[in-house]
Amino acid sequence: MTEEIIIAGFGGQGVLSMGKILAYAGLMEGKEVTWMPAYGPEQRGGTANVTVIVSDDPVSSPILSSYDTAIVLNQPSLEKFEPKVKPGGTIIYDGYGISEPPTRPDINIYRIDAMDAAAEMNLIKTFNMIVLGGLLKIHPVVKIESVLAALRKTLPERHHHLIPKNEEAIRKGMEIIKKL
Amino acid sequence: MADQEITLMKGNEAIAHAAIRCGCDGYFGYPITPQSEVLETLAAEKPWETTGMVVLQAESEVSSINMVYGGASTGKRVMTSSSSPGVSLMQEGISYMAGAELPALIVDVMRGGPGLGTIQPSQSDYFQACKGGGHGDYHLIVLAPASVQEMADFVDLAFTLAFRYRNPAMILADGAIGQMMEKVVLPPFKPRRTEEEIIKECPWATTGRVGGRKPNIITSLELRSEEMEVINLRIQAKYREIEEKEVRFEEFMLDDADYAIVAFGSAARIAKKSIEIARSQGIKVGLLRPITLWPFPTKEVQKLAGQVKGILSLEINAGQMVEDIRLAVEGRVPVRHFGRLGGIIPDPDEVVEALKRSF
Amino acid sequence: MTREEIIEKGQVVYHKPTLLNDTPMHYCPGCSHGVVHKLVSEVIEEMGMTDKTIAISPVGCAVFAYKYIDVDWQEAAHGRAPALASATKRLWPDRLVFTYQGDGDLACIGTAETIHALNRAENITIIFINNAIYGMTGGQMAPTTLLGMKTATCPYGREVSLHGYPLKITEIAATLDGTCYVTRQAVHTVAAINRAKRAIRKAFEYSMQGKGSNLVEIVSTCNSGWKMSPEKANKWMEENMFEFYHLEDLKDTGADK
Repeated sequence: MTEEIIIAGFGGQGVLSMGKILAYAGLMEGKEVTWMPAYGPEQRGGTANVTVIVSDDPVSSPILSSYDTAIVLNQPSLEKFEPKVKPGGTIIYDGYGISEPPTRPDINIYRIDAMDAAAEMNLIKTFNMIVLGGLLKIHPVVKIESVLAALRKTLPERHHHLIPKNEEAIRKGMEIIKKL
Repeated sequence: MADQEITLMKGNEAIAHAAIRCGCDGYFGYPITPQSEVLETLAAEKPWETTGMVVLQAESEVSSINMVYGGASTGKRVMTSSSSPGVSLMQEGISYMAGAELPALIVDVMRGGPGLGTIQPSQSDYFQACKGGGHGDYHLIVLAPASVQEMADFVDLAFTLAFRYRNPAMILADGAIGQMMEKVVLPPFKPRRTEEEIIKECPWATTGRVGGRKPNIITSLELRSEEMEVINLRIQAKYREIEEKEVRFEEFMLDDADYAIVAFGSAARIAKKSIEIARSQGIKVGLLRPITLWPFPTKEVQKLAGQVKGILSLEINAGQMVEDIRLAVEGRVPVRHFGRLGGIIPDPDEVVEALKRSF
Repeated sequence: MTREEIIEKGQVVYHKPTLLNDTPMHYCPGCSHGVVHKLVSEVIEEMGMTDKTIAISPVGCAVFAYKYIDVDWQEAAHGRAPALASATKRLWPDRLVFTYQGDGDLACIGTAETIHALNRAENITIIFINNAIYGMTGGQMAPTTLLGMKTATCPYGREVSLHGYPLKITEIAATLDGTCYVTRQAVHTVAAINRAKRAIRKAFEYSMQGKGSNLVEIVSTCNSGWKMSPEKANKWMEENMFEFYHLEDLKDTGADK
């Protein structure tokens, strides 16, 4: 199994950290992983994307021409990456940042209103975990337990009390993702 | 911390952890994107409290490399890291170290140039690293990691080679390898050498005239031309020995290949994916990955020239290593170059297209 | 009477420091470097640091200092000696580490290395020979060349409008929190030589006591570059250099640390 994923949005949406948690969870399951950011000077507001590959075999290129799954969290990212989803692949988008949704008939299109859900739950900072929950619902690339273990490993001790909130967010994401 | 630790980290972070673990005595550096995590990780890890390793943020890359020059003069395992513009500033010091025959490690996490250029990945400092970026006839031993694991592994290897030949070594990575995270098995802890061990291992080092021995002088200066030529000839003989003994490379799917891609570092990773794609389309192509860029695997390229119908040099630059390939091939088969510039990394499909276009 | 006979009779009143070897110096007759080399050698010997000293030589007239004083030496690139010294001292904290630099090396091309090493409170000493000219390359303008002074690159005299002002880097050093002892000395008379030696000794001791960085400037002559006889050069220095570069301790916080 190899899952090639691009996660793209604005800087500050937690795109890179979501990818990192996913990669770390894969590592904890003994899989091969790469996490390749398109890095830039932007800390907030600029575009950010990260390619995450989780595989049972050694990963060749960390940089890809096409993806199994694209998670797009703003309009420019959708426009850039929708054409790069492999036929039969998946695109997940958040309705909040996207005025013109994806239209390709040869891919699976999912919508997750994670921004709205995060606002409702008053947990804006777990927005990316809601999105991750959505991904794991439709493509169980890694187990939720591994994600929680990855959070324990990567979050500083002083933030560990937030892990239940993150779990809540993941489960919320699994609940609200819908196929179009 | 477990002795062998499997973890997920950036290439830059792996360099820092590997340095602490392989008995590095000192790191001297200056922040520059995309490699600042090396110094940041070292600062966060505080190795001066554990292994006793010195970590110092210098006032410039010029100063960093001269701190390395001073530290290396005393026989210690010292290093610096930077990215392209910073490494340009270091060239004077690197030349002095090559001239004074000092072992040290310089890490270059390349970004696109020329000038201030971009902060995105590039391999456009191949010439600078391999052809003697500073003045004078000299070479660095240049290692090109293609994974985070190799970033970690090459730190100790670079020091080992540097001390074996009393010559500076360079890890020539790029922003992609520096910034990407992968699984890495960190090497086990190796203690720093004691002062007694250093004095024994490096009788040439300026450690103070321990035991009343004769003074040791570290210099690259010799105004008598006849003497300077002798020094140069000795250094050149050392380079020939390194070329003979230290070439490292990886071969991938070359056995039945009609065409070969030669690529190093992150370009070699992309090449592997391109080879998968090309083979699925019936094009038999393989990869030769130089691990040492200097010494260059000239003999292996010569061997390829007798086997394949064409060679594509895949580089994230305008065509630098391709010159060394052509020198080795001596016109026997066509040698083409493909690369992207300005910080753009070619994607695997583009490479397949380039391969089709080239032959 | 042979040399040995004199020594046997215990009649030696003065001898060359043993660290100063017999290699003929390349310095011009009348140059201050020889005297300062002697003082540095004496101090190292008197402190019992012969086997624990690591010295850094510059690019400039003193580039070959390593040929004359029998300690371990590193020969730095132009201006970079304080960077070499910083790393060396941090890696070998119980060694006596000093640099020996001229005005062009220290106050021009190596200004950044000088200021930052001093301000990091590196436990080193910088011996700074200021003769207001580039001697080795044939007498060009230095950062410390006085206004009106003629050199190969300001042949009509240094002018503010063309060349800016001479740099008092020692005064700058005294303002840095990292410095412990900053002093300006000369070696043109016996009394001055004695004072300079005490200053070097103090600086070396402070560096070994971990009190921070130390700068000993020696205002010097360059009779070749100045195109004067040694005697006249000394006189000219007293009359012109000392007015601008006052001989004094600019800072001594050693007792407080």
